[in-house]
Amino acid sequence: MKRLLKGGRVVDPVNGRNGVFDVLMDGDRIARIGRDLPADAGTTVIEVSSAFVLCPGLIDMHVHLREPGQEHKETVATGTAAAVAGGFTAVACMPNTDPVNDNAGVTEYVLRKAAEANLARVYPIGAVSRGQQGEQLADIAELKLAGCVALTDDGRPVATAMLMRRALEYASMFDLPVIDHCEDQTLKGDGVAHEGYQAATLGLRGIPGQAESIMAFRDISLAELTGGVVHIAHMSARQTLDAVRYGKARGAYVTCEVTPHHFVLTDEMLAAPEPYDTNVKMNPPLREAADRDAMLQGLADGSIDVIATDHAPHHYDEKGVEFDRAPFGITGLETAVSLCFDRLVHPGSISLVRLIELLSVNPARILRVPGGSLSEGAPADLTILAPDLAVTVSAARMRSKSKNTPFDGWTLRGGVAATIVGGRTVYVNEDAGLRL
Amino acid sequence: MRKDLLAISDLSRDEITLILDTTDAMREIGERPIKKVPTLRGKTVVNLFYEPSTRTRTSFEIAEKRLSADTLNIAVSTSSVQKGETLADTAMNIEAMAPDMIVLRHPSSGACHMLARLCRSRIINAGDGMHEHPTQALLDAYTIREHKGRIAGLKIAIVGDLLHSRVLRSNVLLLTKQGAEVWACGPRTLVPPGLDRCGVKVSTSVDEAVEGADVIMMLRIQQERMQGAFFPSVREYFNTFGLTAARAARARPDVIIMHPGPMNRGVEIASDVADGPYSVILDQVANGVAVRMAVLYLLAGGADAD
Repeated sequence: MKRLLKGGRVVDPVNGRNGVFDVLMDGDRIARIGRDLPADAGTTVIEVSSAFVLCPGLIDMHVHLREPGQEHKETVATGTAAAVAGGFTAVACMPNTDPVNDNAGVTEYVLRKAAEANLARVYPIGAVSRGQQGEQLADIAELKLAGCVALTDDGRPVATAMLMRRALEYASMFDLPVIDHCEDQTLKGDGVAHEGYQAATLGLRGIPGQAESIMAFRDISLAELTGGVVHIAHMSARQTLDAVRYGKARGAYVTCEVTPHHFVLTDEMLAAPEPYDTNVKMNPPLREAADRDAMLQGLADGSIDVIATDHAPHHYDEKGVEFDRAPFGITGLETAVSLCFDRLVHPGSISLVRLIELLSVNPARILRVPGGSLSEGAPADLTILAPDLAVTVSAARMRSKSKNTPFDGWTLRGGVAATIVGGRTVYVNEDAGLRL
Repeated sequence: MRKDLLAISDLSRDEITLILDTTDAMREIGERPIKKVPTLRGKTVVNLFYEPSTRTRTSFEIAEKRLSADTLNIAVSTSSVQKGETLADTAMNIEAMAPDMIVLRHPSSGACHMLARLCRSRIINAGDGMHEHPTQALLDAYTIREHKGRIAGLKIAIVGDLLHSRVLRSNVLLLTKQGAEVWACGPRTLVPPGLDRCGVKVSTSVDEAVEGADVIMMLRIQQERMQGAFFPSVREYFNTFGLTAARAARARPDVIIMHPGPMNRGVEIASDVADGPYSVILDQVANGVAVRMAVLYLLAGGADAD
C-alpha cells in the first residue's frame, strides 16, 4: 500500500531536511521524499499542512514497561500504547522487571509481547549484573544475541567500580553501551527528596546532588580507563552535567540523558500546589532551580545528548501512601512531547531540529538501532507533530495503566498529531485535526 | 478558625496570639475543683497515635475530656494496622464513623496533610515525622510568655538534633513569627540545609548559643544517630553539646530551661539542670493540656464557652 503525505514540514537533521516536503511510503518503508511528488492511481494521498511537522519516529530510550512481573502497573501492551500516543515509534525498556531481564528468556518474552501488541518497537535493555545484584556479570553475549541493545542495572547504580570497569570492558566487545543510574547509595541513605531547603522545611530526608555526580565522575573515569561506552541515565544535578562536560572534553565515550520533569520542575513542587504529593517523588529527585536551569542550558548548548522520559508507572494504591513510603517514579511517555514544545522550543531555548536530535537522532545513534532519520528505503517510522496544538494533560485519558503524573491538568502548547510505525498508523490524535 | 491544625507554617501571627490568649481561659478550668466544661459535649475525638507518646497523648486526652468530648484512643499496636492496613484506609474507615476530630501522630512527614485531604473530620497534627509538632510549639510559646511576659526580642537558644526534630521546625516558625531572636545549635552533621534561610542564627557552639540567652530549649538526641555517623558517642555529645550547669550559667540569670520530653538525662541535658530551679520542663507539660484545650475549642468553632 502506498501513502503520500503531501505538504508537511519535514524536519530530518541527518538528511539535512527542514522544510516542506512530500513523503511517499510504500508498505513499511519510506520510498521517496521530495517536493511535489506525483501520485499514481494506487497511492492514497493525504494532505498535511505545513502546520504539521513530520520527523523520524521519536525513540524513548528509558522506559519501564514493568512486564514481566509487575503487570498491575503497566504491560508491554499498555506501555507501547502509551508510547505511540506520546509520539514514540520505539522505546528501549529497562530490565528491572520480575524476573530481571538478565537472560534470553526474559528478553525473548518482552520481544514477543511487543510483537503481539504491534504498536511501538521495543528494544530491550539487559541487566549488567545477574539479578541486578551487583556481583556477577549477567550473560551479556546471550543478552546481545537475544536482542538487547544496551546494559543497565537501572533502579540501582552499577554497584562497584570494579564491576563497572568489567562491564565496560566486556560490553565493548558487543558494542553495547553501559547505562548507569548514577547514585552513591551510602550518600543517598534513606533519602526521599533533594537535600535542600524544601526537604528540610517539610521534614523529608534529603539526597544531595553529589550522590549522583560522584558516581558520574566514577563512570567517566572508568570509561576513560577502558575505552568503553557509558551513558548517564536521568541526570538531575548540575554537578553531573559538569562531570559529563569534563569527560567529553577528555575524549571519553560518554553520553547523557535528561527527563522532561528535570528540565521543567523543581523541588518547590514538594510544597505546592499539593504538599507531599507522591506524584512529585521520583529518583533522582526534582532539584533546585539552579539544577533545572543547568539542564536547560545543557540542552541548548549541546552537552546533553538525549531527552528520555524514565517512564515509571506505579499503581495508585502504591502511590496513595505516606510520602516516604511511596515508590519513586512518574509516568512520562504521554507528556514528553508537549513539555518539550512548551518549555524548550516555543521559548526559543532550542530549535525544532535540535529537538529531533534529542528525541530521535541521538537515541538511535547511541543504541545503534534503526531510525533517527527519514532515509529512502528505511523503515517508515514517523512522528507527526503539531507544534501549536493546545493540549490539556488529562491523566484519566492516558493510555498508560498508571496515572502517576504531576502534570495532570496542565495546559501546554504543542503535541502529537499521529504516529506511524513501519508504514502503519498506530495512533491518531483526534484533537489535532489531521485526517490520515 | 480553619478546618485543621496541621502546621505552624499555616498559622498567622494573629491566629497564634488567639490560641495563646484562649489558653489563659482554658488554664483556669484546670484549676477548678470540677475540671469540666460542656464545650465539646457530643463531639467525638479520635486519638490516632502511630508512634509512642506519653505527654502528647495523655494531655490531648485530658484536654478532650475536660471539654466533655467523647474521646477514643486507637492503639495502633492492636489495630488492623498490624495486618497491613494503610493509613489511607484506616482514616477512611474511621471517617465513616463520623468523628468530629482526629488527632494524628505518625512517623511520616506529611501524614496529616494526607488525612486532611481524605477526611471531612478536623485533623490535628500531634507530630508528623520530622516535619512539625504544632501544639508543642504552641505550649512552648505559652510557657515562654508565661515566664517572660513576651516572646518578641528574647534570645532563645534551641540545642540538639536539629535535623530530625519536628519540635525545632515548629518552634523556629512560631518564635520567629512572634519576633524572637532564635539561635539553633547542634553538631554540623545535624544542621538541616537551608536553616539559615529560616530567620535563625545557626551555630555549632553551645557556649555561643546560650550566652546571654533568655530561654534555652534542649532537644532530645536519639542514640541511634550514632549509626548514621552523625556523632561519635554519647560521651562526646554530652561533653560538646550537653547542657551542664556551667554552660547554663552563661545564660541570663533569669533564664528558663525547657525540654519537650522525653529527656535523655546525661546525654543532652545534665540531671541537675533538668531538675534545677531554672527548669520549667514540668510547666510545659501542665500548659500542654490548656493549649490543647484551646486548640480543640477553637477548631470546633469556638462554640459556647463554659
